Amino acid sequence: MKNRLKVLRAERDWNQGDLADRLEVSRQSVNAIETGRYDPSLPLAFKIAELFGLAIEDIFTSPSKEN
Amino acid sequence: MAFTRAEKSYNVRVLWLSLAYGALLIGSIYYLKHYAQHGGIDWLVAILPALPLIGLFAALGRYFVEESDEYRRMLTIRQALVATGFALSVGTIWGFLEGAGLVGHVESFYIACLWFFGLGVGNCVNKILDRGGEA
Repeated sequence: MKNRLKVLRAERDWNQGDLADRLEVSRQSVNAIETGRYDPSLPLAFKIAELFGLAIEDIFTSPSKEN
Repeated sequence: MAFTRAEKSYNVRVLWLSLAYGALLIGSIYYLKHYAQHGGIDWLVAILPALPLIGLFAALGRYFVEESDEYRRMLTIRQALVATGFALSVGTIWGFLEGAGLVGHVESFYIACLWFFGLGVGNCVNKILDRGGEA
């Protein structure tokens, strides 16, 4: 699933480790989500959205709208 | 790659269970070779080495419960599914070959060995599917 995680992270000058620490997951997980290799669960998606103060759909692109 | 807390706990349990398996296997073989009485105690002693192996399966189940990093948990679940498919497939093929009289009999506990080998296969599958990442 496409997302803006990398951009949002860069805007805050966070590296993947910083974001991983804030989300309480591994850096490997952040990398997998950022590159679209793994779609987070709804609770983790909410956690990400709340961390950036945005709605989930402002971060993640619905697969039906990707094309 | 740093281990998660759940992975560290799992590794410690695997270490202790592996040591217990080694000790019980040696003790069981020695007893059955020198002191077998063809009674109930033989059954108990023969089963003892299986218990730590069963413990290894339980340790993996406990890891799934304890792991809070959902991506890492998903990777390990995929690894275990590959291991299960691998062990069942090889066991099934061997069973048919054995039934046809083409290969000799193999003790059924080797299915556990196949499963542990399958975890290694599963790890390779994870690496291939997640190439470009860090899995």
